[in-house]
Amino acid sequence: MIAVSELTKVYGQTLAVDRVSFEVARGSIVGFLGPNGAGKSTTLKMLTCYLPPTSGGASVNGFDIFKQSEQVRENLGYLPENTPLYPEMKVEEYLDFRGRLRKMDRATRRSRIDYVCDRCWLAPVRRRMISHLSKGFRQRVGLADALLHDPPVLILDEPTVGLDPTQIRESRKLIRELGGKHTVILSTHILPEVEAVCDRAIVIAGGRIVAQGTPEELRTSRRMTARVLVECRGPKQDVENALARVSGVGKVEMLNGDSTYVTAALRPKEGYDIREEVARTVIQNGWPLREIRLESATLEEFFVQVTANQAMAQTETSPT
Amino acid sequence: MSRAITIARREFFSYLFSPIAYVAMFMFLLAAGFLFRMDFQPGQPAVMRTIFEWMVWLLVIIIPLLCMGLIAQEWATGTIETLMTAPVEESDVVIGKFLGSFLLFVLLLVPTLVYVVMLRIYARPDFGPIFSGYLGILLVGALFIAIGLFCSSLTRSQIVAAVLTTAILFVITILPWWVGGEASLPEFGRTLADQMVFRRYTDFAKGVIDIGNFVFFLATTAVFLFLTVKVMESRRWR
Repeated sequence: MIAVSELTKVYGQTLAVDRVSFEVARGSIVGFLGPNGAGKSTTLKMLTCYLPPTSGGASVNGFDIFKQSEQVRENLGYLPENTPLYPEMKVEEYLDFRGRLRKMDRATRRSRIDYVCDRCWLAPVRRRMISHLSKGFRQRVGLADALLHDPPVLILDEPTVGLDPTQIRESRKLIRELGGKHTVILSTHILPEVEAVCDRAIVIAGGRIVAQGTPEELRTSRRMTARVLVECRGPKQDVENALARVSGVGKVEMLNGDSTYVTAALRPKEGYDIREEVARTVIQNGWPLREIRLESATLEEFFVQVTANQAMAQTETSPT
Repeated sequence: MSRAITIARREFFSYLFSPIAYVAMFMFLLAAGFLFRMDFQPGQPAVMRTIFEWMVWLLVIIIPLLCMGLIAQEWATGTIETLMTAPVEESDVVIGKFLGSFLLFVLLLVPTLVYVVMLRIYARPDFGPIFSGYLGILLVGALFIAIGLFCSSLTRSQIVAAVLTTAILFVITILPWWVGGEASLPEFGRTLADQMVFRRYTDFAKGVIDIGNFVFFLATTAVFLFLTVKVMESRRWR
């Protein structure tokens, strides 16, 4: 559906996107994940034909972004970063304008505007001026515009930035529902978003793809096993030694506790659930147990790791 | 072309929601009223020459106000991105915006038709020069709008766009008129000054429709529209 090969963008002296290649299957939702300034927006702008790539190419729905720019743009709906809109227009007027630009006839425009307003919960504000809308509603107007012509491909640049938690949840639900029928690429720097919404994630840092796969794959790829946190009252050294002897425990790391309580972070060996054994050991030693908890590996950890690696690699290779 | 018309429509209706358009309209009609009063005196010939000759001066101030936001604002707010990622060409956008502004400019002129009616009531005016005067002011307006549009495409700042437009309009309109009156002006300078907007426009105001003047305005308008398209396209290689 979307095929990107060796896409590169250079702004003056800055390499913003460096030979990025990936493919997105029809109907899937792909999260473009990366810290600010990683090249997410630039990549999306190239896919939407707003900026031409310095080198490399891409196709959207089978159309080449260079040679068939108009067809590409007909086939995609784009929500740019910060949702730029014309503030002096009413919601309906704006959508009607966008429909005319896309050469939709009057009847189609009317029915599609009804549909997208319904889909994006815009019904109560249809006749309001965009300048009077809250950030959340504006975001939905942008999304409604992107959906207006029922495009096979949706490109959403940070669709949930600036929304409150309820709105974020609603938007994610909506995007989730759009998958299947539409192919969606969304960019974000929020990790839970990818875990909540996307089938696949592409992690980009410093203009390069540093990892890609399903959220599940990414989590396991770096052998980031879960840890068990134990908090109990006892002498630090004894606790550490006792826990290290429990079968299945790989590494013991003592975290800072207060004067009486100590906290240990235990990395279980592959395939072990050590919680029961750990609890028994603590109780047998007579140390009052305050908490025992399994902390599953998060994508967040992974993300921090890869992007930090990337930053390090960059400082190493930079000439000065 | 239908996309250009869609954009023109939007642009025109947006004006009606912006205070700038009303400020410009107010200034224009107020000044036009005073000018007409100079022509509209007992014993004077029933003409609108004064109003036409001075209208150009008003346009030097008003057109930059009307045009400053046309594209600059799209750059500044980022709406250009939504606009250009719809299946439209740069030329659609430029022609659309030009037509939208031009339509507003025509709307600005409509109330001045009252003066024609008043002349007709109190006297027997010669409609020839009045017609050519309107034709001239429409042509000058078109050129000025094209220049304003061009300046607006160069920057994200509406203020910069307005100042730049005023500067260019001053140089091609008021400056030649001003130095044209200097006796010490060398021959070359006088010929150059004669080629500029004001002298060509006064021909229309006098009732002379010269094909050369006609072509001059249309061609320069087209040149500035073309340049605007090129500036818009330049984002691709910047």
